Amino acid sequence: MTPRESDTVISAAAGTNEGNQELRSRSELTAKEVMREVGAVLRMSEADAALLAEVEADPGEDQTMIINMGPQHPSTHGVLRLMLELKGETVLRCKPIIGYLHTGMEKTGESLTFMQGGTNVTRMDYLSPLNSELVFSMATEKLLGIDGDIPERAVWIRMLLSELNRMSSHLLFMATNGMDIGAVSMMLYGWREREVVLRFFQKVTGLRMNHNFIRPGGVAADLPADWRDDVMSILDMLPDRLGEYDVLMTNQPIWRERLQGVGVITQAEAIALGATGPILRSTGLAWDLRRDMPYMHYDELEFDVIVGSYGDAFDRYAIRLNEIRESMRIVRQILDRVPRGDYRIQDKKVTPPPRARIDESMEALIHHFKIFTEGFKVPEGEVYVAIESPRGEVGCYIASDGSPTPYRMHVRAPSFVNVQALPHMMRGGLVADAVAVISSVDPVLGEVDR
Amino acid sequence: MSTEASATPATLHDCLLGDSRGQAVLFVPKQSYMSTMKKLVDDRFEMCVDLTAVDFLTHASRSLPDGIAAERFEIVVNLLSLSKRERLRVRVQVSESDPNIDSLFDLYPGTEAMEREVFDMFGISFVGHPDLTRILMPEDWQGHPLRKDYAQGRIPVQFKGAAS
Repeated sequence: MTPRESDTVISAAAGTNEGNQELRSRSELTAKEVMREVGAVLRMSEADAALLAEVEADPGEDQTMIINMGPQHPSTHGVLRLMLELKGETVLRCKPIIGYLHTGMEKTGESLTFMQGGTNVTRMDYLSPLNSELVFSMATEKLLGIDGDIPERAVWIRMLLSELNRMSSHLLFMATNGMDIGAVSMMLYGWREREVVLRFFQKVTGLRMNHNFIRPGGVAADLPADWRDDVMSILDMLPDRLGEYDVLMTNQPIWRERLQGVGVITQAEAIALGATGPILRSTGLAWDLRRDMPYMHYDELEFDVIVGSYGDAFDRYAIRLNEIRESMRIVRQILDRVPRGDYRIQDKKVTPPPRARIDESMEALIHHFKIFTEGFKVPEGEVYVAIESPRGEVGCYIASDGSPTPYRMHVRAPSFVNVQALPHMMRGGLVADAVAVISSVDPVLGEVDR
Repeated sequence: MSTEASATPATLHDCLLGDSRGQAVLFVPKQSYMSTMKKLVDDRFEMCVDLTAVDFLTHASRSLPDGIAAERFEIVVNLLSLSKRERLRVRVQVSESDPNIDSLFDLYPGTEAMEREVFDMFGISFVGHPDLTRILMPEDWQGHPLRKDYAQGRIPVQFKGAAS
């Protein structure tokens, strides 16, 4: 590297000739030099791994062993497979192998209209489907240029559902994390509480999961008349249950021993790897798109961004537990602020006519038929919209060529990027802790593989 | 594209700075891709949130700012600055005859999986990538599914023991 002019001036002024002692800028360093490429990732193709089976084991030699964890391992949250290189019980390197659930959803998205696209994206992150729908709808609306015209009621309904979905997703994390660590009864409690939230979703959207409820232009239907009572009953029930979680897990020595100091990741590593959500926040960086790059009306609400300090599995657990509490706080504020009005935009271009009109008006019937068979045309252009999902930044990149289907629809899935942090978290740890580490990343394989 | 050709087009690091629905888009030539990205790292764009590609085979007439020649592929990189709370999108034209581009691995190690995905889905190679293998499709797969000339269709599945 050639020293820059300023460096020579400084060293000349000081009269020393010890060379360039100023830190080089980040752009001139390689991943290896900044210790972000420390050999945690096992880079070996399937074919090479298969050849290893033929290598003779030599008990005298200090050998390492390559072992596959998954894809059918119960604690890999679906079909994640990890190729682990072990020395004794210590994990040296690891490679996450994904793609077992790949169904070509981005390709499928190119043949579905913007109207139908919601059914596709909602199946990506199946634990927070409403957030995926939301980001897809927001991207479509931005392309249409109607992102500022969405009725207030629709926006607040979206926020309500998004926060409830965050709660249900984190509650399921509580369940699976407990199960992975060995607190099996926790699994039942977590699923039980999540089910209460899902029952509300079922009442509102008709489905427990894969709702396709948030659509370009607003939401599919209005909230039921007594929705406030239902939400209040969830909010009344949860604090006690979360208190029980604290007794059962947070303050329990076995739980702490099992998670504290396990799967540590530094802030620099997390940023370099693009990790977002609870993983990034566990390293002490308060980064939450709801607060830092607000969308919808999050800037009008009061809530805290929960951060950890050690970047370990316990921090990630505690962050999610407390984010449930913050989401409840947000939902409480939303309850008072949902206004009356339309639940979808009255733009004839994107909104089908009301059901009652179809029976009496031929034009309405044709209009309805056209929107649902042909879809609506979206002007040429490209946008990237990102929101905070329970797992981190979920983004949607849409390139449109002016037709009713997206020319290219790409979803930036937080789990897909977060899974890359696994080798760094596991390096030097025990193979028994691998389960705790995977669990603390909380990947959803539906959106990893898409 | 709402990149109006104003009197003096905005530039950043000698690259055209456009605007798409209010979002900043930087059109970087392939030759200066790496050097521009390095400058952007020093501009405190700490995180590369997303890297993907688009195959414009059937939409070659798309509108691009003056001076940018449309190629078949386009690499789209979404950068995020945590300190400035800003986003910037970088678009690079990659030709069909030479589908290669530098890897961002040394600048943003998190692009490893994203570049593997683009390689897998579009067949664009990343020079300097540590492990350029398929990530979502099986290793022995033929073709690149997200290319526009790759048909969307069904694969006949033969179930063992099924009555024929």
